[in-house]
Amino acid sequence: MSKHSVSGEPVSSSTSPHGPVKKRRISNVNVPVTVLVAVLSLTVLIPLYFTVVTALKSPDQLGGTGFELPTSIHPENFSKAWELTNFPNALLTSGIVTAAAVVLTIITNSMVAYSVARNMHRPFFKALYYFFIAALFVPFPIIMLPVTKETALLGLDNPVGLFLLYTVYGLSFNVFVYTAFIKSIPSELEEAAIMDGASHWTTFWKVIFPLLTPMNATVGILTCLWAWNDFLLPLVILSDPATRTLPLVQYIFQSQFNTDYSTAFASYLMAMAPLLLVYLFAQRWVISGVMRGSIK
Amino acid sequence: MGAPRLATGPSKNKLRSETVNRTFYWMVIPALLLFVVLHTIPALTGIFYSFTNYAGYGEWDFVGIGNYVNLFRDDRILSSYGFTFLFATTTTIVVNVGALFIALLLNAKIKFQTAFRGIFFIPNVLSVLIVGYVFNYLLSNNLPLVGQALGIEWLSSSVLTNPDLAWLGIVGVTAWQSIAFSVIIYLAGLQTVPAELYEAASIDGATHWRKFTSITFPMISAFFTINMVLALKGLLQAFDQIVALTGGGPGTSTESVAMVIYRGGFQGGEYGYQMANSVVYLIVIVVLSLLQMRTLQRKEADFS
Repeated sequence: MSKHSVSGEPVSSSTSPHGPVKKRRISNVNVPVTVLVAVLSLTVLIPLYFTVVTALKSPDQLGGTGFELPTSIHPENFSKAWELTNFPNALLTSGIVTAAAVVLTIITNSMVAYSVARNMHRPFFKALYYFFIAALFVPFPIIMLPVTKETALLGLDNPVGLFLLYTVYGLSFNVFVYTAFIKSIPSELEEAAIMDGASHWTTFWKVIFPLLTPMNATVGILTCLWAWNDFLLPLVILSDPATRTLPLVQYIFQSQFNTDYSTAFASYLMAMAPLLLVYLFAQRWVISGVMRGSIK
Repeated sequence: MGAPRLATGPSKNKLRSETVNRTFYWMVIPALLLFVVLHTIPALTGIFYSFTNYAGYGEWDFVGIGNYVNLFRDDRILSSYGFTFLFATTTTIVVNVGALFIALLLNAKIKFQTAFRGIFFIPNVLSVLIVGYVFNYLLSNNLPLVGQALGIEWLSSSVLTNPDLAWLGIVGVTAWQSIAFSVIIYLAGLQTVPAELYEAASIDGATHWRKFTSITFPMISAFFTINMVLALKGLLQAFDQIVALTGGGPGTSTESVAMVIYRGGFQGGEYGYQMANSVVYLIVIVVLSLLQMRTLQRKEADFS
């Protein structure tokens, strides 16, 4: 094979649209690879299976290899975990923080990105863009000590402070993703709306924001996964034991009852279940959303 | 970096209004203020306190660069850097090789493609801390059984309590989870490669390996860069999985830098000292990220 035939082509043919190349019919399925993929997928499924069966067993059933099906089901593990971790409370806190973070992130970050993208030729907005990008290099552990002090000082050591932090700390990455997308939207659209007498504000909400829907989904999914599963921020920010998030509750539980594995696994399962269920139903949508974030 | 008003005079605008519409400022200012208050100001006060002996409470004095000098003599700090780099680079490599392999398989003509893709992404939906707890149990109770059954001595007791092997346990669990995200990015990349290229290569009689090195990899090198940079950056901050798996132990052999900052800063009364540690770590991360992006992007350019 000559190198030319390969390197000559990409330039002309790589312009194919982002959409998945779905020209292959399943007429000639590659069976060995399918089997290999199935075997590899067990590395994901077995730990999940293990979590489920362990959560259903009583402590004296835990011996053996641990992979046997339970001889009798013990739903009391769940009720015990429910009470010990104050599950409804943690679920509510996690739910509120995640929902607020997602909504606030989409609304504010898209506005910032829009202003920056449309004014990149102005020094202030250009500087702002690089200012946010530079912050990408400052991971949270590096500022966690002063942030904790400051949030306590400002009375933000609670769920409100938590979702504000997610909104603000996502800004760097999201502005980066949004601006790339907004640049691909022709500005004639807005200019037409402005000509017709619409304000910039109305134009953004009526014309631009609807066009951002795919990116809003991407940003929303990533923010949701982050805020729901995050542990370090709730650990250092939240001061009131009554407002602990689900991951934080697992940590506290683990340090108090570290030998009661049946209850612990029931508790893990309950903490993972809500997002896992959402994912099972919205799987295609979630994955295409994440993929979109990487293709700009 | 305060408010970045580096204005070089009002910019001349060609067609539209000579001044920026005020709405644009209103869209930016609230978020910017919040960002400055919750990110920039803490960063600056942190740098300030890194030159003091502040314990996190009470009085403090300036100690100049004393904290910075002591960092380099502190075995616990040095070993946390050593562990974090070893862990982050090993895991980055494992994750990218594993994810690229799985993505290639998923992109082949297989049955149940969507379902398998969905399964491989599951770990990314789960909390790192909880995954750590589940694997902690598996590695402490179930894996040793396998080791005993096979008569492998080093596997017969928990790898997490073995000072030489604990870090590998953390690498394995982290890779199990991080591969999920990288697979999706690589799949997105693979779908941008036009099928005609492979057809042309097949006509020329190219082997699978040749197709991979000459077509696939060069075509998705941008996605390789994204994955490498994101993985390394994320892994250098490792905290949750270590809390869940080893708690930094045995001894302090698996303490990451983030963990030392947390423990020293919140529990050890070393606020000023750990801020100096944070500043040094920030510099390290910036330098590493820039180096990584430069070398990877240079490679990208070579391929095209």
